[in-house]
Amino acid sequence: MNQLELKKVSVSHVQGLQSNTVVHDIDLTVEAGECFGLVGPSGCGKSSLLWVLAGLNPHWEGEITLFGQPLESGKIFTGDRRRRVQMVFQDPYASLHPKHRLRRTLAEPLKLLGLSDINDRISEGFKQVGLTENMIDRYPHQLSGGQRQRVAIIRALLLEPKLLLLDEPTSALDMSVQAEILNLLNELKANHDLTMIMVSHDPDVIDYMCDHAVTMKAGRIDQEKRYV
Amino acid sequence: MIISKKGVSFRWLRPFNTLNIGLILVVILVGLALLAPLLSPFDPNIQNIQERLLAPDSQHWFGTDRFGRDLFSRVLYGARPTLILVSLVILLTVPIGLAIGIFAGYFGGWVERILMRLTDIVMSLPSLVIALALVSILGPGLMNGALALAFTSWPSFARQARTETLAIRNSDYLSAAKMQGITGFRLIFGHILPLILPSAIVRAALNLGGIILAAAGLGFLGMGIQPPAAEWGSMVASGSRVIFDQWWVAAVPGVAILLASLAFNLLGDGLRDKMDPRHDK
Repeated sequence: MNQLELKKVSVSHVQGLQSNTVVHDIDLTVEAGECFGLVGPSGCGKSSLLWVLAGLNPHWEGEITLFGQPLESGKIFTGDRRRRVQMVFQDPYASLHPKHRLRRTLAEPLKLLGLSDINDRISEGFKQVGLTENMIDRYPHQLSGGQRQRVAIIRALLLEPKLLLLDEPTSALDMSVQAEILNLLNELKANHDLTMIMVSHDPDVIDYMCDHAVTMKAGRIDQEKRYV
Repeated sequence: MIISKKGVSFRWLRPFNTLNIGLILVVILVGLALLAPLLSPFDPNIQNIQERLLAPDSQHWFGTDRFGRDLFSRVLYGARPTLILVSLVILLTVPIGLAIGIFAGYFGGWVERILMRLTDIVMSLPSLVIALALVSILGPGLMNGALALAFTSWPSFARQARTETLAIRNSDYLSAAKMQGITGFRLIFGHILPLILPSAIVRAALNLGGIILAAAGLGFLGMGIQPPAAEWGSMVASGSRVIFDQWWVAAVPGVAILLASLAFNLLGDGLRDKMDPRHDK
């Protein structure tokens, strides 16, 4: 089954009354349970495409089918679809609210969903990513980059997503921590029946992680380097 | 921070920074206002024509005014309307300014244009003149004075809140919160406000000194709290008639205004040094 299908998708950045199309005519398919890679130099539009898939940028055209249902352009994600697509951001120093303790960051969305055993779920998550539970009541600035990225991964996984988007999740970390995080992601992917889309400018990371990948260049898929 | 120069240690000066001095002065000011009935030796409103315009002595520490009222007692009581008015102005301006600024910054587009042009218009009004006009329409008094001053002092909060909201609007942690289903008012009050509030508090503390001066200005022009109640601005006004012969009648409330304004300015400055990372030492 295809989790995600894109046909002739283009993406615009809208700022004020101006619109600037940065991604053109993307066709691609992501199968359930695979890790799909988007590679390319910075500025090629791979992050822009990811933000559309994350439901953070509704300014796109074309056809997107997510979990078997068509998306409507111009609309933000709501309800179950919002919950089932989660993302791990590039910069672990900017993706956690600086004035919230980790417990609040992690618990608030679960409370909104009306889930039970929230504290148990959070401690379970901490164990899964290899963090000790005494960190739950800390602020993000009391953690290292790798630890923060692990917290960001828990945050995404606590909502039990089907599609996990990874926006260069290791590029801000040093080499040894990079490997740990990538192994952790591989492990979680197997355990949680996840589909992942990973953006990176590092072909080695993509090679290590992904089943399929495409290369993007200047807002389009580079057909010559389409190693699907 | 440099704590020693040429071998002479200034370490013992460290507790005497602007924040602490401002804080101590403000605490003293609030304490004096609260304890005015206990501390004042005379009823501030009792007139005694035999003792009018006395110079400071052991009985009347600051002398008496032209109705023979004890100036020390009146200065103590005069702190009350000033502080109440200042608190009212802050309570009115900070929430309004923050709400307008955050909504403008968060929603953008037409909401932002309308709100910010409104802010620009109010900002370009001469504040004391508008306050005087409003008070003469609404009638003099404490609450009306506060409303009049509040009407022209919220735009600076709105502008600052908008700028800071714009800076964090596209941040990763807000995007992450949105992806987790946190939207609307929950996002604005739970996630944006905590980041905007510290600098708004600093700005409020810095504005307080100016508001005290504006409040005294209203009192001086007879637009504040009405006589015979003690109010620093109107006390200066009544003392100014005899300023060449009995200078203390105007000077005593004048010094009170100066010290109160200075206290809040020091507090604001100290808070900014402490809380605003852009002024980190």
